[in-house]
Amino acid sequence: MHPAYSIIFFTAASGAGYGLMFLLGLAAAASAVPSGSDGPAFAVALVVALVLVSAGLMSSAFHLGRPERALRAFSQWRTSWLSREACLAAATYVPAVGLGAGWWMGEPDGGWRYLGLALAAGAAATVYSTAMIYRSLAAVPRWSTGWVPAAYLALAGASGAVWLAFLASLLGSQASGLAGVAVALLVLAGAVKGGYWRAIGKRRAESTIGSATGLDRLGPGLDPGLDPGLDPGARVHVLDPPHTEPNWLQREMGYRVARRHARRLRAVTWGLAFILPGVLCLAACGSSGVGASAALGLAAASTSAGVLVERWLFFAEAEHKVTLYYGNRRV
Amino acid sequence: MTALPDSTRRRLGLVIDLDTCVGCHACVVHCKEWNTGGYPAPLSDTDPYGADPTGTWLNRVHSYEVEAPGRTPRVVHFPKSCLHCEDAPCVTVCPTGASYKRTEDGIVLVDEDLCIGCKLCAWACPYGAREFDGAIGVMKKCTLCIDRIYNDHLADPTPACVSTCPARARHFGDLADPESKVSRLVAERGGYELMPETGCRPTNRYLPPRSRGPAPVGGAGAEGGEGGEGRSAPALADAPPEGGFLGWIDRLLSSQAPAPRGGGPSDPSDPSGPMESR
Repeated sequence: MHPAYSIIFFTAASGAGYGLMFLLGLAAAASAVPSGSDGPAFAVALVVALVLVSAGLMSSAFHLGRPERALRAFSQWRTSWLSREACLAAATYVPAVGLGAGWWMGEPDGGWRYLGLALAAGAAATVYSTAMIYRSLAAVPRWSTGWVPAAYLALAGASGAVWLAFLASLLGSQASGLAGVAVALLVLAGAVKGGYWRAIGKRRAESTIGSATGLDRLGPGLDPGLDPGLDPGARVHVLDPPHTEPNWLQREMGYRVARRHARRLRAVTWGLAFILPGVLCLAACGSSGVGASAALGLAAASTSAGVLVERWLFFAEAEHKVTLYYGNRRV
Repeated sequence: MTALPDSTRRRLGLVIDLDTCVGCHACVVHCKEWNTGGYPAPLSDTDPYGADPTGTWLNRVHSYEVEAPGRTPRVVHFPKSCLHCEDAPCVTVCPTGASYKRTEDGIVLVDEDLCIGCKLCAWACPYGAREFDGAIGVMKKCTLCIDRIYNDHLADPTPACVSTCPARARHFGDLADPESKVSRLVAERGGYELMPETGCRPTNRYLPPRSRGPAPVGGAGAEGGEGGEGRSAPALADAPPEGGFLGWIDRLLSSQAPAPRGGGPSDPSDPSGPMESR
């Protein structure tokens, strides 16, 4: 699949933003927000989350052919995960702005707890519906797995936690505990992403160029001794594509530039998204002051860069079944 | 609303005969010609005469070569447009309600005035039936020529691709009616659906190319006249015996012995071709 920059930026930025909101909401719900002077610090973190989310949502509008009609996307929440995502994203602004105002003005307690719960739920549900947009596409088998929503949620939580630890230390709050939370979530996210890669590696292709064209029925099949993975039935090759030049379908669904470098890019993802920020956060757990802030800042930058690479791979590694008609042998 | 209807009264669709399609692309061109008018914007082309031409097409003809052991490899021309699936995933993913499936006849359509161009429907379609028109930023697709099939003023109210096919390889009708011409064709010829494993339940059906039996033992030359069957000839006959001057060259070059001089140019229709003279 062609990785659109706007969508990669959107899912990475809004993932971190919703991760932040989720943790801030939980903190408010658990009344774990330090009272007094730390309130504004959390309000600032919430503003950063809102900026990340809003920038992501605006960027996602850039890939629309008719962005001026974007409001129509709120109408089909009964059937479409994209519409649900839009509705949930808009709804999550309400508790986010409310809680931020509360923290800014004073000490949130009592009813604020429910606002925190609503924020955490809204943030998680929005990320989940973003992931379900991909999960529900049976035409792209590498997306059509339960690992996709798991990985989106885990990565959003992990990148949000790293950013929260960094912002807290920057704003003079106690960040050691948050850095510990970030390490735990990074380990979880790494495990889930590793599970996703394992799952797509083990998956057997269900469609072939023979089943896509139905022309495999023209023969009893080649000698199975030649290639154990060979499609049953006749062997189908592309003789002539429909056009002299690649068409829109091939450009949009047949992207293969990063697939060639998948191994290297996976290693980059491991390093930038999980290992480096994990080590930096671990180091920040035991220290404080400028050094800890610098380490957490580097961790936040690294994990966000890593998530961008991960999202790029998520698109580039995904194969669409339409490519079967253009010569791909099995998807 | 982008929910799919539980059932449709009719299931209008195409039955495409891969045995008779000659791959002339006339259906592709007529589809483009018809559908470029009558809609909010034409089916746009970008850089059509330049170095990197691209364009919006609702119907395409692919050409495949099919190989199977013991059979002559054969070329199959394969037209493909929207299959108007019963469980159309392109409809349910649409966030705006622009995509819908008609209850009365099962045709899947896009309301171009509602489409925001998010392209998710094209991602959802495993068959590549949807086509993004970059010039106006909306998704387009085969409408089964809904502006023709219900037009009483047309002498031939069938989709443009069907009406134009010189090989009569495309058939249009109601696949929900077991007595319709298309349903009978599907029953008689073993019409099949593409990629049934996707679960989309496409309406359109493809009629498989008729079997031509096992590969003739003598290669393509076996078709040429009596005595062609059952001859034994080298398996690697790389050129069919031709008549006339080319046949003479062929025989001259393939026989190193001075046989042609002795025998003279033989009758081109003589099944004892160059390989048999050895």
